[in-house]
Amino acid sequence: MSASLGLWNYWVVIVLMMIGLYIVIARDSLVKKVMGLNIFQVSVIMFYVSMGKVDGGTAPIVPEGGVEGVVFSNPLPHVLMLTAIVVGIATTALALALVVRIQERYGTVEEDEIRDMDFRDTEHGDP
Amino acid sequence: MAFPIEVVLFLFLIASAISVALLEDLFAAAMITGIFSLISAGLFTLMDAVDVAFTEAAVGAGISTVLVLSTLGLTTDREDQRAFHLFPLVVVLITGAALLYGTLDMPLYGDPSAPIHGHVAPDYIVGAMKDFGIPNIVTNVLASYRGYDTLGETVVIFTATIGVLLLLTAGGRERGASKESEGQAHTAHEPPSPMREVVVLRLVSQALIPLILLFAFYVQFHGDFGPGGGFQAGVIFGAGLVLYGLIFGLETLKGVVPPAVLEAGLALGVLLYGGTGVACLLLGGNYLDYAVFDHHSAAHGRHLGILLVEGGVGIAVTCAMTLIFYAFGGRSSIRNGGASQ
Repeated sequence: MSASLGLWNYWVVIVLMMIGLYIVIARDSLVKKVMGLNIFQVSVIMFYVSMGKVDGGTAPIVPEGGVEGVVFSNPLPHVLMLTAIVVGIATTALALALVVRIQERYGTVEEDEIRDMDFRDTEHGDP
Repeated sequence: MAFPIEVVLFLFLIASAISVALLEDLFAAAMITGIFSLISAGLFTLMDAVDVAFTEAAVGAGISTVLVLSTLGLTTDREDQRAFHLFPLVVVLITGAALLYGTLDMPLYGDPSAPIHGHVAPDYIVGAMKDFGIPNIVTNVLASYRGYDTLGETVVIFTATIGVLLLLTAGGRERGASKESEGQAHTAHEPPSPMREVVVLRLVSQALIPLILLFAFYVQFHGDFGPGGGFQAGVIFGAGLVLYGLIFGLETLKGVVPPAVLEAGLALGVLLYGGTGVACLLLGGNYLDYAVFDHHSAAHGRHLGILLVEGGVGIAVTCAMTLIFYAFGGRSSIRNGGASQ
C-alpha cells in the first residue's frame, strides 16, 4: 500500500499533463492552446523537481557548518528547470506574438475558422 | 510533516488546471493560470527547489499573465464553444493510462537511493564549497558545471525576443524619422493609462516598485549565498518595470527606459556571458573555465567568473522581458498607424 502511495507525485504530474494535452488537442482557440501548453510545461517541471526531492532533505544551499551530516535535495533538476521556466516564457511570448499576427491577418484565432479560410483560398487558386 | 500541505496544494493545482480547461471566458482563464503558477511555486518551495519557486512566481504569476492579457486585448477574450468531441478525451485517457503504467517502475517520492541522486549530484554538493567557496549549489551548477547549457538557454531567450520584436514591432520604425518624433507620434494617439487615476493602485505601486527593483539587485548579487541568481533577478526586475508600465502607461516607461537601451542590453548580456568564456580562453584555460581568472586562488577566480556570467544573464533576461512587454503593449498603436497607410 505504502509502496504505491509513494508514487503520488508522478500521478499528479500525469493528471496535469493530460489536462494540458487535452486543452491543446480539443480546444480551437489558439490562446487557449498556449495556456494548455503552459500547464503541460509546469507539469514537466514538477516531474523533474519532484524527482530531485530527498526525504528529510533541505534546499541545496550549504549552511555555515559545511556539508557534513546535512542531507540536500538534488540541485541538478533545479538548475535545469529554472532556466527552462525563463526560456518557456520567452517562447510563450513568441507563440502569443504569432497568435496576434494571425488575428490581424485572418480576423480570428479559432483554428477551425482559420483552416476553413485556408481551404477556401486554395479552392479559388488564390495563395 | 509537510505531506498534507503538499496534497492540499496539489488538489488546488488540479482544480485550477481543470477550470482553465473548462472556462470559455479567456480573461478568467488567464487569471486562473496566474493562480496556477503561484500554487506551483509554493509546491516547488516544499520540494526544496527555492530557486525554481522564485522564478516560477515572478514569471508565471507576473509576466506571463500580463502577456496573455495583452494578447487577449489584441485578439478576443471569448472562445467559441464547439460541440463536445469524444476523440481527444479518448486519446488523452489512453496516453494517461500508459504513462501511469510507466510510473510503476519509478523510484518512490523522496527515495534517497533513487538513481538520479547517484551520479554527478554528490560531486556537485561536495564541490560547492571546496572548488568555489559559494554556498548556493544551484548557482555553481548553473554558471559553472553546466555553464554551456546556461549559455545555450540565454541565447534561446535572446533569439525568441528577437522573434517577438520582428513579429510585433515591424512597421513601427519607419513611420518616424527619428526616435523622438516616433515617441511623440505614439503619445499623440495613446490614451492615458486609466489605472493611473486609481489612487490605491498608484500609491501602492509607487511604494512597491522601488522595493521590487531593490530586491532584484539583492537577488542578483546575493545569489551566491542564498536562493537567487541572474535568471531570478532578471525576471523580478522585468516584472517591476512591467508593473510601472501598467500603472503609469507604456510611454512613461519608454521615457524611463528607452527601447534602444534595452535592445543594446539584450545583446550586451549575451556578449558578457560569451565574452567571459573567450576571456578564459585568452588567459590559457578552457572555455568557461573560470579558475584562470586568479592565479593565486582557483576558487576566487571561479567566484569572479560566476559573478560575471550571472550578471550577463541578469541583464539579458531583464531586457528580454521588458522588450517583450513593449512589443505587446505597443502593437495596438502600430496597428492603428498601419491602418491609415
